[in-house]
Amino acid sequence: MSKPSDLVQGTLDMLILKIVALEPMNGWAISRRLQQISSDVLGVSDGSLYPALHKLEHRGWIRAQWKSSENNRRAKLYSLTPLGRKHLEKETANWNRVSTAISGIVQLKEA
Amino acid sequence: MQIEQWFYSLPLRLRSFFHPNQMDQELKEELREHLEEQIRENVARGMSQEQARRSALLAMGGITQIEQRCRDARGGSLLRNFTQDLRYGFRQLGRNKGFSALAILCLTLGIGANAAVFSWVEGILFRPYPLVEHQERLFAVAATVQGESSPDVLSWPDFLDLRRNCTLCEDSFVSTIRGSTLNIGDHAEVTTGSIVSANYFDAIGVHPILGRGFEAGEDVGNDAHPVVVISYPMWRNRFKGDAQIIGKTQRLNNVPHTIIGVAPEGFYGTFVGRAIQFWVPVSMEETFDKGGYKLEDRGARWIESYVRLKPGVSRAQAQQQISAIATQLQKDYPATNRGRSIGLWALWQTPFNHAGELLPILEVMVAVVAFVLLIACANVGNLLLVRSFVRRQEMSVRLAIGASRGRLLQQLLTEGLILAVSGTAGGFLMAYCCRQLLTVLPVRKGDALYLPGAIDGRVMAMGAGICLLVALITGLVPAMQTNHLDVAGALKAESGGVVGIRSRRWIRSGLVIFQVCLSFILLVGAALLLESLQKVRSTNPGFSTTSVAVTGVSVVAAGYDVPRAKTFQNELIDRLSGLPGIESAAFAAVTPLGYAGYSSSPIAVDSYQPAPDEQPEVEYNQVGPGYLATMGIPLLSGREFARSDDENAALVAIVNRAMVMRYWRGQDPIGHRLQVKGRWLRVVGVAADSKYESMSETSKPFFYVPLRQDFVRNPDLNIRTTQSLQSTLAAVLGEVHALDQNLALYEMITLQEQVDRATSPQLVAVTLVSTLGGLALLLAAVGLYGVMSYAVAQSTRELGLRMALGADAANLRRLVISRGLRLTAGGILFGVVAALALTRLMGQLLYKVSPHDPVVFGLALAVMTATAMVACLLPAWRASRTDPARVLRD
Repeated sequence: MSKPSDLVQGTLDMLILKIVALEPMNGWAISRRLQQISSDVLGVSDGSLYPALHKLEHRGWIRAQWKSSENNRRAKLYSLTPLGRKHLEKETANWNRVSTAISGIVQLKEA
Repeated sequence: MQIEQWFYSLPLRLRSFFHPNQMDQELKEELREHLEEQIRENVARGMSQEQARRSALLAMGGITQIEQRCRDARGGSLLRNFTQDLRYGFRQLGRNKGFSALAILCLTLGIGANAAVFSWVEGILFRPYPLVEHQERLFAVAATVQGESSPDVLSWPDFLDLRRNCTLCEDSFVSTIRGSTLNIGDHAEVTTGSIVSANYFDAIGVHPILGRGFEAGEDVGNDAHPVVVISYPMWRNRFKGDAQIIGKTQRLNNVPHTIIGVAPEGFYGTFVGRAIQFWVPVSMEETFDKGGYKLEDRGARWIESYVRLKPGVSRAQAQQQISAIATQLQKDYPATNRGRSIGLWALWQTPFNHAGELLPILEVMVAVVAFVLLIACANVGNLLLVRSFVRRQEMSVRLAIGASRGRLLQQLLTEGLILAVSGTAGGFLMAYCCRQLLTVLPVRKGDALYLPGAIDGRVMAMGAGICLLVALITGLVPAMQTNHLDVAGALKAESGGVVGIRSRRWIRSGLVIFQVCLSFILLVGAALLLESLQKVRSTNPGFSTTSVAVTGVSVVAAGYDVPRAKTFQNELIDRLSGLPGIESAAFAAVTPLGYAGYSSSPIAVDSYQPAPDEQPEVEYNQVGPGYLATMGIPLLSGREFARSDDENAALVAIVNRAMVMRYWRGQDPIGHRLQVKGRWLRVVGVAADSKYESMSETSKPFFYVPLRQDFVRNPDLNIRTTQSLQSTLAAVLGEVHALDQNLALYEMITLQEQVDRATSPQLVAVTLVSTLGGLALLLAAVGLYGVMSYAVAQSTRELGLRMALGADAANLRRLVISRGLRLTAGGILFGVVAALALTRLMGQLLYKVSPHDPVVFGLALAVMTATAMVACLLPAWRASRTDPARVLRD
């Protein structure tokens, strides 16, 4: 149950918001998608994912609905709320600003 | 959290409170779904069913923890957690009965003392008059005089003009307090009544339960309407609840009054500090007020009045109009009203009742009980610290199985809340029982103070606020400890570990020092007040207190006219002078320190040029020949009044020293002129200053005129005697009856009794502050005892070792006591500094006592140290009984 120690605080929230922004999906699918797109680099454990999902739902950024999936099982599908979309936009802009700055510094060559 | 977020989260929160099981079920289902997907994927990768399951579980981590973290992430379970914590907290407290009882007792005392004092503040100052309507629009009216610091009362003509012209006032009424002798058969006792305007009962909205109130016109004339409304207690006790009471007569100051009404139960009149027993109309003034007939005298100030403003009228607007009325009065009647303005006072600042003198006392009380509460909290904090040590194991386990620190804090705060609520409930019970305490404290027959407490919404709100504060403090103290908690270490250690010991000891020592410091301040405060009371009571009033008795004879009631009264007075003095044991006797219009107001008059003196808007006005007393000698007031120069200073002789006066200093600049005034009420008097003597209205007053200008030259029919009789009060009473009564069988005597008391009555409010204050000081001392001692016992219990190993190395019992005792005294010394050190700063604020309560009195500080130091010694004795004794062999073996 390792914490996403490598993850910048708040980044997990942003990733989740970004993922559910594409289409409503359940926890399992989000977990898979996180692994796929980050090529296992981030190593988000399921132990962190679910509390994060519940926290985001509680904050009103995502909304959960129980739906029957294609193989006729009930699944809890998370989707982005308008409030969440606003938050995501803000965070993305923020992230771009910070990461541009940081990568600029990291790529400085020694003279 | 933003408002729009609530839009999403509120339904979730509500759902998790009302349907927690459903929420849990869904969470479990969600996680199971995840697990099954994982297993399916693993199987697809070629694992066996069994393998796939294990691998999936491993990948996921502890499901229970995830569930808990999800629940925590929701936060919506706040209320649910709270009820859970509540149940758990009660179980915890039930398990440690001794601890809970002690903690709740401490809080009950602390909060109870606060609630009681708040209820007194409420009952005495803010809602002083039960049953009286719209007190929030009620204001006291009094005059402010140019060049005088304290307000003065009004005259009846001034009041009538004010009532006529004040259009912003809904009602104006008079309620002047006077003492009166109540005669039942041969027996006479003093009771307290009010002289009121005829509109009194209608104006305050109080309606007699039997009979009627006063009718318009009953406040006109001289002794024209001997009617009385009696209080409910008087009707119940003295008249045994007689249903046929209306129309019967009762002698008041020996004048038969027709009882026309009985006031409702719970109505005590409108005088802060006294329960009024009867009400008579203003027209009966001369019967109850000693200075003669005053209804037509604009210079005679004796009217204690109130106004109720019309709804919506602000105090400032009303004040403006009333000031204008006063200015007009100054213009119309310069001889009596020059330099006099009229002001409004809030009821709790009423200048002419006990409100003014109780205000500073109650302020001090509020500060004192706040200290007591802090000490109680420190005690509970100490207890909680000890317990948090015991509960370290529990807390570590909770942290280990996934509770967040926030969750632990919530639990501890809930436990603090349980303690605080219990303490508050107990405290209110205590305050409820104490609400009449102030009333019963100085039980003086016929003259008890009436200082009720009132527990209403405001007091309740105050209590609730204190309760929350206490819950916060008592919850946070042990919570600080959980920050030091090292989960692994605590779980490993069996017992007696050293985790946090050092920091904990410092916190606990700090709390004890804090307690000692606060108690020391209270001790100093109580001792200062005590010494001040001693000084007030033992201060020389300027007249003898022990060998002088005061009474009065009911000649007005017996229908004596002025000439007959004069003859009677001379004859009685002659007869009394011949009696064995009676050294001298003299009549005087007013006895010092009583209710009755002195006459006062604008004065003029040749050598004194008043400022343009100043009208010097001085109070005086009408006294008979030999008055100063009888009272024991030293005559500094000149002569006393003699029998020959009568209405036919030249007008004379005796002035006091303060008057000489002020108006003659210290020059000998004998032979000089003094203008009183427009007539010129010749000064024949100078008397020493004495106390006139209160024991704590500073010396003020005052003069005497011969009774025969400014006559009143019903003066008091002062008798200097070597006999007991009983035999003096019998002797005087014998002589009075020898002159006229129909005459009766007023209550006879010594001047010492008069002084005691006048200082009873101070006695109440001192009693209360001393009681609270004692309470604080006790709480501090309990705190010190707790810390020392705990320290001894924790260091048995060290003590055993010392003993094994040769220390004897006395050494160990000294060790423990010296540590206790070190803490005490620390506390006292802070206490001295704080007390030096704080007692300055008590300045106005202290009479001839320096707020930094070294004797008082020394005394408080001794008491505090002795208390600390006692608190340390038992732990020290226990330390000395340490068995080294056993300790070292263990």
